[in-house]
Amino acid sequence: MNVNLKINGIDVTVPKGTTILEAAKTVGVEIPTLCYMKEINEIGACRICVVEVKGARSLVAACVYPVNEGMEVYTNSPAVIKARKTTLELILSNHNRKCLSCVRSDNCELQKMCKEFGVEDCGRFDGEKTPTTVDDSAPHMIRDNSKCVLCRRCVAVCKHNQGVSVIGAVERGFATSINCAFEDELASSPCISCGQCIVNCPTGALTEKDDTAKVWDAINDPEKTVIVQTAPAVRAALGEEFGLPIGTNVEGQMIAGLKMLGFDKVFDTNFTADLTIMEEGTEFIDRVQNGGKLPIITSCSPGWVKYCEYYYPEFIENLSSCKSPQQMFGAVTKTWYAEKNNLDPKNIVCVSVMPCVAKKFELGRDDQAAAGVPDVDVSITTRELAKMLKSACIDLKSLPVAEYDNPLGEYTGAGVIFGATGGVMEAALRTAVEILTGKEAPSIDFVDVRGTEGIKEATYNVNGMDINVCVCSGTANAAKVLDAVKSGEKNYHFIEIMGCPGGCVNGGGQPIQPASVTNFTDVRALRAKVLYDIDAACARRKSHDNPVVQAIYNEYFEKPGSHKAHKILHTSYVARSRYDD
Amino acid sequence: MSKRCTIPFKGTKEQEAQLRAMIADHKDQQGALMPILQGAQEIYGYLPYEVMTIISQELKISMADIYGVATFYAQFSLVPKGEYKIGVCLGTACYVKGAGDLIDKVKEILNLEVGGCTPDGKFSLEATRCIGACGLAPVMTINDDVYGRLTVDQIPGILKKYMD
Repeated sequence: MNVNLKINGIDVTVPKGTTILEAAKTVGVEIPTLCYMKEINEIGACRICVVEVKGARSLVAACVYPVNEGMEVYTNSPAVIKARKTTLELILSNHNRKCLSCVRSDNCELQKMCKEFGVEDCGRFDGEKTPTTVDDSAPHMIRDNSKCVLCRRCVAVCKHNQGVSVIGAVERGFATSINCAFEDELASSPCISCGQCIVNCPTGALTEKDDTAKVWDAINDPEKTVIVQTAPAVRAALGEEFGLPIGTNVEGQMIAGLKMLGFDKVFDTNFTADLTIMEEGTEFIDRVQNGGKLPIITSCSPGWVKYCEYYYPEFIENLSSCKSPQQMFGAVTKTWYAEKNNLDPKNIVCVSVMPCVAKKFELGRDDQAAAGVPDVDVSITTRELAKMLKSACIDLKSLPVAEYDNPLGEYTGAGVIFGATGGVMEAALRTAVEILTGKEAPSIDFVDVRGTEGIKEATYNVNGMDINVCVCSGTANAAKVLDAVKSGEKNYHFIEIMGCPGGCVNGGGQPIQPASVTNFTDVRALRAKVLYDIDAACARRKSHDNPVVQAIYNEYFEKPGSHKAHKILHTSYVARSRYDD
Repeated sequence: MSKRCTIPFKGTKEQEAQLRAMIADHKDQQGALMPILQGAQEIYGYLPYEVMTIISQELKISMADIYGVATFYAQFSLVPKGEYKIGVCLGTACYVKGAGDLIDKVKEILNLEVGGCTPDGKFSLEATRCIGACGLAPVMTINDDVYGRLTVDQIPGILKKYMD
């Protein structure tokens, strides 16, 4: 049933149950929001979206107020503007206004709104501020509640998308803060380090731990050979930091920028994504043929792996023993590549650029030091790379494209799609099917596992055997899938799980888009398209066709799953308790 | 800064059995957390970390969510009550007669905050609302003992009686 109303004098017809905010959007009327997140945080708490409804007793919150027949709505009346300004002034009265040095300066939803509403007298309601502390206990992020506006978007993603809920609103009234249970440090909580809270924070309250100084130090140390690897998803989003549209491929400019920053070699994590497929595909086939633990579950996403260890330790045996592509890259660099080039692994600094903050945690895990030194030394996010480029006055947009260095910059289409949900599964299938059947597959596009839906399943008949696969992203979806496996309701052979919704393209280390964009645009799909377009244009689209992957097995590892490969490219996991012992 | 209670948990097997039975009674009802927290506080006198972990596992609700509810409502306490429960009335009559100074003195002597408990578990301090003894204002109670028409300099002597 439809409802007719007027918004700012414009006739609008929308289905019953639509909110004023959504109805306004259909006729191009923008209403500002701060706390609102479609479906997962519709709480009408921040009062920024208030609008005037003719005949109503007071202003109403457009994000939660349903439309009625004959309603007349005004979104920019003097009363509305005044209310929004006052709300902003009240938020600022309890806000740490060190905007100049804030990591989110220029990309802060609160700052932008204050500017738009002309809130200049930010000290109007100054008085006592809620006491806060800075929590820098975790390796991947910093929480600074002095910049928190209590919108609860972080709480909503942590609970609904990730199924983790390690943070929530504690106390009440003036004392309210977003915190862990008992206000414990984040490092002692069962946080999975995914960073989804960071990319959904409107202000600078939640940020990655900045490791750029470590990278600069390494670059400026003449003793060190500094090697950088870039994850697939970085090239699909870095451009956003430089004002390019969402979904712009900046691979070539990114490589040029990295070379200008002074890295000795610019390589690609895509290479070890291909290598991962060789190891993981072989592991899968081995488990199928020799009665190993099934379903096998991918282990590329450190947020997912940590989730498994904390919340589903009974599935640790199902995890592939493969290191993640980031870690495999470090391991290969400090063994095979170092030996070939007469480099002492101790003098190599392996830097990774990742769409992820959990990678900062992953590099410090046990059993991640193939050459006796950590495989990867520093991991920075896409955002931190943008920061480094900007501080070196490098404008990405104006750079000529460059190419990856040899040999570890060689990749196939299978490697690049690792950055999107379904990509690892598709890459694995391309190789596994050919190994199992012994002949070239007629089609290598496994479209059933593509797309940004949270849970996807498909069955492929290979050599007379039905292989049931499942792909999911966002750990709350992982919980649903694992519960179905546990109860016997589902019988899968192979599951791909990525910690962040939509996979790495939407990782916790990616450029931050405001809720006004993410509420109405599927950013994940736009970024993923970059990767699938690169794949489609690749001459080689199967990991086992990567010539450097072939060379590394011929020269060094002998064959996938060999003893040497296990020593260098595989790792182990540990069950973790969510509670104190 | 962690707000964990530093007083060691002294729960018994009997209390845990009682807790688990109480959780089982409420588990399937909507909004089970509130009655379960109320029940748990009745059993233990407060909501210790150890008890919350049991509730968290049984209800599949995270510790942060439980802690959020426990700190939102004033009825829940995260610290145990002392062997001697001190109440200083801050009702209007007592307050105008100087109860604020009394409570400050108690805090100073026992090094205790309102709502807190001494590390040895001996004293806990509450600021109460009117207890209906306005004729004796200002009033302080220690368990069932009532002390009226108090002055600040009487406080040390009264507390001393309970210290040994």
